[in-house]
Formats: sequence, C-alpha cells, structure tokens
Amino acid sequence: MTDLAHIRNFSIVAHIDHGKSTLADRLIQSTNTVAERDMKEQLLDAMDIERERGITIKANTVRIDYTAKNGEAYVLNLIDTPGHVDFAYEVSRSMRAVEGSLLVVDSTQGVEAQTLANVYQAIDADHEIVPVLNKIDLPAADCDRVAEQIEDVIGIDASDAIRVSAKTGIGIEDTLEAIVHRLPAPTGDRDAPLKAMLVDSWYDPYLGVVVLVRIMDGVLKKGDNIKMMQTGAKYGVDRIGVFRPAMTVVDQLAPGEIGFITASIKQVRDTKVGDTITHEKKGADVPLPGFAPSIPVVFCGLFPVDSAEFEDLRDAIEKLALNDASFSYEMETSAALGFGFRCGFLGLLHLEVIRDRIEREYDIELITTAPSVIYHVYKKDGEMIELHNPADMPDPSVVDYLEEPRIKATILVPDEFLGDVLKLCQERRGIQMDLTYAGSRAMVVYDLPLNEVVFDFYDRLKSVTKGYASFDYQMTGYRQDNLVKMSILVNEEPVDALSTMVHRDRAEMRGRAMCEKLKDLIPRHMFKIPIQAAIGGKVIARETLAALRKDVTAKCYGGDATRKKKLLEKQKAGKKKMRQFGKVDIPQEAFISALKMDN
Amino acid sequence: MRSGNWSRPALTEDWQNGGFGLYVHWPFCESKCPYCDFNSHVQKHIDQKAWASAYANEIKRVGALTKGRVLRSVYFGGGTPSLMEIPTLETILDEVRDTWTLSNDVEITLEANPGSVEIDRFRGYRDAGVNRVSLGVQALNDGDLARLGRLHSVDEARRAIQISQNVFDRSSFDLIYARQNQSLNQWKTELEQALALNAGHLSLYQLTIEQGTAFGDRYNAGKLRGLPPDDLAADMYDLTQEMCEAHGLPAYEVSNHAYPGNESRHNIVYWKYGDYAGIGPGAHGRLTLDGQKYATVAKSNPRMWLESHLGGKAETVEPLSPQDMATELIMMGLRLNEPLDIQRFERVALQSFPTETGQYLHDIGMVEFKDQSIIVTPKGRPVLNAVIAELISALA
Ligand SMILES: Nc1nc2c(ncn2[C@@H]2O[C@H](COP(=O)(O)OP(=O)(O)OP(=O)(O)O)[C@@H](O)[C@H]2O)c(=O)[nH]1
Ligand SMILES: C[S@@+](CC[C@H](N)C(=O)[O-])C[C@H]1O[C@@H](n2cnc3c(N)ncnc32)[C@H](O)[C@@H]1O
Ligand code: SF4
Ligand SMILES: [Mg+2]
Repeated sequence: MTDLAHIRNFSIVAHIDHGKSTLADRLIQSTNTVAERDMKEQLLDAMDIERERGITIKANTVRIDYTAKNGEAYVLNLIDTPGHVDFAYEVSRSMRAVEGSLLVVDSTQGVEAQTLANVYQAIDADHEIVPVLNKIDLPAADCDRVAEQIEDVIGIDASDAIRVSAKTGIGIEDTLEAIVHRLPAPTGDRDAPLKAMLVDSWYDPYLGVVVLVRIMDGVLKKGDNIKMMQTGAKYGVDRIGVFRPAMTVVDQLAPGEIGFITASIKQVRDTKVGDTITHEKKGADVPLPGFAPSIPVVFCGLFPVDSAEFEDLRDAIEKLALNDASFSYEMETSAALGFGFRCGFLGLLHLEVIRDRIEREYDIELITTAPSVIYHVYKKDGEMIELHNPADMPDPSVVDYLEEPRIKATILVPDEFLGDVLKLCQERRGIQMDLTYAGSRAMVVYDLPLNEVVFDFYDRLKSVTKGYASFDYQMTGYRQDNLVKMSILVNEEPVDALSTMVHRDRAEMRGRAMCEKLKDLIPRHMFKIPIQAAIGGKVIARETLAALRKDVTAKCYGGDATRKKKLLEKQKAGKKKMRQFGKVDIPQEAFISALKMDN
Repeated sequence: MRSGNWSRPALTEDWQNGGFGLYVHWPFCESKCPYCDFNSHVQKHIDQKAWASAYANEIKRVGALTKGRVLRSVYFGGGTPSLMEIPTLETILDEVRDTWTLSNDVEITLEANPGSVEIDRFRGYRDAGVNRVSLGVQALNDGDLARLGRLHSVDEARRAIQISQNVFDRSSFDLIYARQNQSLNQWKTELEQALALNAGHLSLYQLTIEQGTAFGDRYNAGKLRGLPPDDLAADMYDLTQEMCEAHGLPAYEVSNHAYPGNESRHNIVYWKYGDYAGIGPGAHGRLTLDGQKYATVAKSNPRMWLESHLGGKAETVEPLSPQDMATELIMMGLRLNEPLDIQRFERVALQSFPTETGQYLHDIGMVEFKDQSIIVTPKGRPVLNAVIAELISALA
C-alpha cells in the first residue's frame, strides 16, 4: 500500500496518432515495468484491430513503479486513451479517474481538433495539464512554433512543455519527473466508507466480467461484499488486482489507487459505467456523480450476404455486444435484404470496427446499409417517435414535422485549404459559428446536421485538404428542418434498404447523384432498367440503365466445355452474392457506395 | 475408366443426338500469336514419326472403348495442323479407317494457316483423305495481320483461299473482328471483301482477350488500347448477322455462318452434345461408356504427352454428374440456331427444365419455345452468356 502523497494518476491524451501509445511504451519500458523481451510497439494496443489499424480503440491502464531523482518511490497509474473522435467517451471517463493529463502534441503537426477537444475535457475535469511536445527526432519538428500555438489556441502555459521523442526515448526522464512534481497527488480518506468509481468494464473469456475501478475513499479487499449504488446489484469480490500491464493480483486497493475486480458478474451490461461501488454494509450514503452514458448516434442495417447465415450473425453480434456497451442492436427485416439487425454505433469508425470484426472473427460476409441518424418525428396527434431507420418513416399525412440532430464541429486546417473546407461545410448545410486563426492555421466552428457528417464527411474533408485538416465534433441537440424521406425505385420497385432522409432542398440533387451512382453500380441486365428517386409518389430524379448488348463467348468448342462450365459456375456463385429485386441483381457494395457524394 | 454413380441406360443412346467424332490436336505453330490461348507451342524439331505412331496408338486405345461406332467426322485442330507432314496425316487416317466404320459423308477437316509451306501440302492432304479445310485468315488488311502476330499477308491469304477452294470439296476461313481501333465501317468493308470470296462457310469471331496471353497481359496493364466498347462490338455483331444473311450465309451458331447444308458437322457434334474422342496434347473428349458420360483431358505439355502416352497415363477421366451434363447441354446447345429438345434435357439432367426462368426469358424476348423445345432468339444471341447464366442459376 502506498500513501497518497506517493501516487500519481494521469491520462495521456492527444490528437489521433500524435504518439500517446508510443509514449506509454517508453514510460513502461524505462521503469522496467515490462521485461525487455516482452516489449513491443504500442504494447497496450492489444486488440487485433488496434494493431492492424495502428490506433487505440480502448483506453488502457498501467501501474508503474518509479523511483524519482529525489530517491522517493512513486506509484504511477497511467491511462492511455484513444485519439479518434468516435471513442471520445473513453477519454472523458478515463479523465474522471485521474487528477492530471499529459497533453501530447506532435511537434511536426501542432494542435489539431482532438487536441482541443481533449484539453477542454481535461480542463472540465479540473486536471493539472503537462504539455508534451513529441516526435522531436523528426526533422520537421518545430517545438517553438507548436509551444506558441498551444499558448495561443488553448491558452495554457507551454513554456515548460517537455520535449520528447517517444520513439527514441529523449525526454522520458523529464516526463517522469514532471509527472511526479507537476501533477497533484490524489486525495481520499481510507477510514471513510468505500467509494469506488466504476470506470470501465469488459468481458474476459477466462475471468468473466472485469471491472476497472478507482478508489476515492475507503479500502476494497478480496472477499468484500459490495453493492453497486445505482443498480443496487450486490456481489462478492472474487479477485482484486492491478495492471502491470498484465493482470496482477493484490490484496487490497486503497484511496487513490486504480485497479480491477472480478465478482461473478454475468454480463458487461449488468455494470454501469460511472456507478459507485460501496460496501454492502456500512456503505456510503451519497454516490459519486455518475457519467452520462455513451449513446449510439449512427445507425445502419447489417445483413448477412448469405441469408442462411442470419443465426450466425445474431450470435456474433450478441458476443460483440457483451463487451461493448456502446453498441446497440435490434432485429430488422427488410423486403430487399431479408433478416438482419439495425445496429447503433458511436460513429463511423466504430461501425467499421464492429463490421470488420464480424466479417473476420466470425467469417460472415455482410451487406451494410446506409448509415442514418436518429430523427425525431412529431406526429399530428402529438406523439413523438425516434426514427432509426428511414424505412420506418410514417406516412407523411400523419407527420407534423421532423427534427434532426445537430453537432458543433471544430475543424483545424491550413489556411490554403480553408476555402475548400468552408465550401464543403456549406454544401453540408452548415452554419458557420466561428473562424479564428492560429498562425497559418484556421480554426472553424460549424453548426452542422449530424446526418451530413455521418457518412463521408470525414473522407471528403481529408481529400479536399490532402489530409491536413483535423476534425472533432460534439452533439448539440435537435432542430426542426424540412426533412423528407427519399425512396429509390429500381425497375419500378422501391428498394427499402436504399431509402434515406434528406433535406427537401437537397432532395433533387441527392436523388440525381444516387440514381447516377446506381446506374454505374448495377451491372447491365438483359432489359433496360429505370432507376428513380421519389418523394412519396413523386419522382424527382430518373436514370435509365441501358440493356446489356454484348455478352457472349465468341468461340466455344469441345475443348472449351470444361473451362467455360467452371466460369459459369463461378458466375452462378457470384450471382448468389447479389440481391434480387424483382429481376434485378444489385451488388452488395451498391448499398453503401450509392450514397457517397463526390462533390 | 473410373466409374461414376450416375450410370443409366437412358444415357447409352443420348450421344447419338449429336453423333460421334474424333478430334486430333496438333500442338505446334511456327510462332505464337499474342491473342491465342490454345495449346500451341513453338518447337524447332518435331519427330513426326514418333508423333504419328503416338496418335495411332491413341486411336487404337479409344477405338477399343468405342467398338462398333460409326464415325461421322475427324477434325485436325491446333496449333497448326498444316505443319503436319503428309505421311503423318496418312498414318493417322489409315489408323482411323482401320478402327471405325466411317459414315458415307464423313467430314475430315484440317485447320490450316495460309503460309506458302502449308499451301504446297494441300493436294497431299486431300489425297490422304482430308475433304474440308478451315483457314486461319483472321484479317484482310496487312496492318492488322501484323498486329495480330500473323506471319502471312493478305495476298497469301487470298491465294490460300483460292487454292483451298479448288483442291477441297469444302473450304472455310476464320476472321477475327472487333479488333483494336477497328471502326464499324472498316469492318463492313472487310466483311464485304470476305463475302466476295464465296467461301461456303465462315467463322467470324470477335476478338476475345484471354488471360495468360500477351494481349491479356497488356490488357491487365492497361496498355491494350482501342478495343471497341461493348456497344460498338454489339453493332458490329448485328451488322455481321445482317450482311451474312443477305449473302445467303446465315449464322447457324453464335460465330459460324454457312450456306444451308454446309455447316461444320464436326463442331455440331460439340454443340449438340454428342460424343467425341479427343486425342493429342490437351485434347478434351466426351465419351459415353456403359451408360455414363465421361469428360477426358489429355496431358497438355507436348513432350510429356508424347512420353507418357507410350507407357503411362496420358489423360484424366472424370464421370459427369447429371448437373454437369445439364450445364453443358444448355451451354453448348443454346449456341445453335436450332431448337434444343427439353425432354432430352430432362432425361440427361435428371431434373425438370426451369420453366419459370424460361418463361421470364421468353417474356423479355431472349428465347422462344416451340413443340417442347427451346431456341435463343436473334435478340438473345448477342447476350447469350446472360441467358445461359440465368438458366444455369435456376438449376438444382
Ligand atoms: N518519429 C517518431 N515517430 C513517433 C514518435 N512517437 C510516435 N511515433 C509514431 O507515430 C505513430 C502513431 O503513434 P501512436 O503511439 O500509435 O499514436 P497514438 O496517439 O497512440 O494514436 P491513437 O491511439 O490512434 O490516437 C506511430 O507510427 C509511431 O511509431 C516519435 O517520437 N517520433
Ligand atoms: C486456335 S486457332 C487454330 C487455327 C490456326 N492455328 C490459326 O491460327 O489459324 C482457331 C481459330 O480460333 C480463333 N481464335 C483464336 N484465339 C482467338 C481469340 N483470342 N479471339 C477470337 N478468336 C480467336 C482464330 O480465328 C483462329 O483461326
Ligand atoms: S492462333 Fe493459330 S497460329 Fe496463332 S498461336 Fe494460336 S494456334 Fe498457333
Ligand atoms: Mg494509441
């Protein structure tokens, strides 16, 4: 057990790819927390998908023992956080468990959108912030300029920012010393009733549900009977431990400490992040302030390409949901695609990650339908319904008006691309709220409909700025607008999986773009195929896919029979992967690609 | 031969719907054409005697399996069979005559390239028994002939056509169109010239880019430019049908045109799904033995074929399942401008014809039904692969 004065708890926060996980590696390594032979790059990014994409998705905690230059031994608990906006929730709850943050800024890039978003969260959490300028080994590093930028844009003192190369190890000693001397020690009373914050929980195949806790007051021991103050659930503690970063069992956790418990909890869903854990007897009276739960904001349908795999898909989704409380699902039936699930995600990256995992870990090929947001549909009878799926839009005659979610988007971009960014935001129905400069970089704040951002905004932003813009957003609320459901008819038949909600003023343009796209995506058939976009019964755009005119094998003799037969068999298998609408085969990728806007 | 589980008396007779033919593959050429994916090899020295006796042995072997059959046709294909020396051809045809009864109107075709060496052998081939020749003319302008990697000129081709028409009872030639940078008008002119040569039979193939050929590689690298887009290729096809028909040479198959009665009997064996023995490197065969139809494929490497056939196993033999036969019967049979008997299909395929799909194809004008048979319409022919794919997908 360590006295409070010798504990430091901190998170490492930064814009995506600025080097948080690599810095964590060096801190772990230079304190010999992990044996040299077990060290690898971004050690904490343990999930396959994290290693493959080179990004952090789940926050990770490590306990480090550090003997400072003053000869005193400290216990450091670091939390490495994800940089991507979809996982901002991981950052915010991690911050609630610690007293300080290392703000990592890539000295070749400077302040980016998630740098700002994270700093504001750290300030909200009353953190002491230590700026760290990383990647100084690179020739393009410009520490002075970046330090100045931090002061200008963020308004925190960067004069004693630590200059580091997380890659080569320069400045790691200084970082450790700064953690000890510049970050505050936690406070807490070991004699008060137990108050432990439930920071996170996940499912471990061997241990069951593992709960990450931060002890605020009191002491938690193995065998204790505990109670979750919000849910009222009671458990006996089976195991207590800390992460080094491997799970290491300890006897107890005291105030200021961060560790895990297991307690025969069945499902991740039985635990509530932000809950307060106390003792069943002589427990605390007042819980800690909880966290707002993370809520899915992007929805899409996931359908098996091979409809026989529906049950496998259900199984995969249930398993993944066990470990990811921010992912929601419900069964969906589509006239076009058959049985599947309507799933909710924190953002598009989250969606991609889950989809990839289903396809790879469970070997199920998926059709993903257009992502949508939740609309509020106010009916004439006064009822409000949450619309997750455009296909469920009630008949317009009973609808009074619709509201859509809006966001506050912050974009940092080099001056030369500002024009393109403004144009893009304008096209996406954005309202400019702020425009300021920090050196040669502009910071624009826009009020945008989430719907316009969810799908390909980030891709478009990257492409119009050659990758130099960064982007962050927050949900702000709902606002009424002139929104309608646009249906797509292929060969006169509506394809429910292609219907979308659009702003009335944009409907013609979107409709035309979708029809044109579909015309390219659907292969020619033996007959011509009209492709139409319609609002209610009114057609607003139309394209015609001409009939196939040539598809015949010129030469086919005795020797070709076998080879051509194989080709036909392959074709037959390929046909199975398309969805039939009447007599039209639509390739699976069309359901997503049709929505991409190139403008 | 390995026996399948599908042996049935009903099949014993079925091949007679197409008849019985022999295909002999000669795998050598003087040079390799950049579009060609046939089993053809360039080899300086060829031991013609060894090859002749190898073919003769193969004929004996297949003959023993098909005793008593009447042979309707022999086809020397390649490669360039007109590189065979006359005694080689004589040895083979002698063996054929010793092995099977030949039908009165037996067709013996030889594929020939229009080079001068080959032309000089025409009379010898005729005397050995060849009665039909198919010339690989490919183009009627020297620039395109060069681009197609051909060794002959237009003049040589014309001379070859003329001599072949004098020497043989029946003569045909091949053209490849829808070539790089070919306009509809250029093709029209070329086809007019071709028709004026009054061959009783023409094979007019649209250029196909095959994987594994020089053209295929260039195509994959994005360097094969000027290929006609599908719409132009379709226009060319339509024009071809029109012009040939007006000239009295209607298409009896997707790419083959003949004066009525002058069709290639040998190729009709394939399309009517008869039996054919295939001998020589890479040759395929279809043989019905004891109520089971088999697919045979010989080793394709010429040296290995020559060596192994003398002592070892030169071919693989696979029994065809009813599903295999269903696919092949449709795939081959619908190429012809002749009805395919649905009852025959059902007997062979052991499943009923996909009527619903058939009806749908009928409704969109791709096929017609008449007296329990199906035929592809002129509208369906240029998109035959799609028609076939639709039917095959509906099969069990
Ligand atoms: N040259 C150099 N490269 C670095 C340094 N620190 C990190 N990198 C590289 O920057 C890339 C991103 O590093 P990560 O540590 O994964 O960044 P992160 O901030 O954890 O990224 P997310 O978790 O996805 O937000 C990797 O390729 C690192 O090797 C550094 O000091 N110098
Ligand atoms: C394989 S060749 C054999 C005959 C002879 N060696 C010749 O080249 O004339 C048979 C015919 O197939 C046709 N052919 C071969 N490859 C082709 C291709 N890639 N596209 C279209 N036709 C082709 C040519 O018209 C050729 O005459
Ligand atoms: S096209 Fe004829 S000559 Fe040319 S390589 Fe092929 S088989 Fe030989
Ligand atoms: Mg990371």
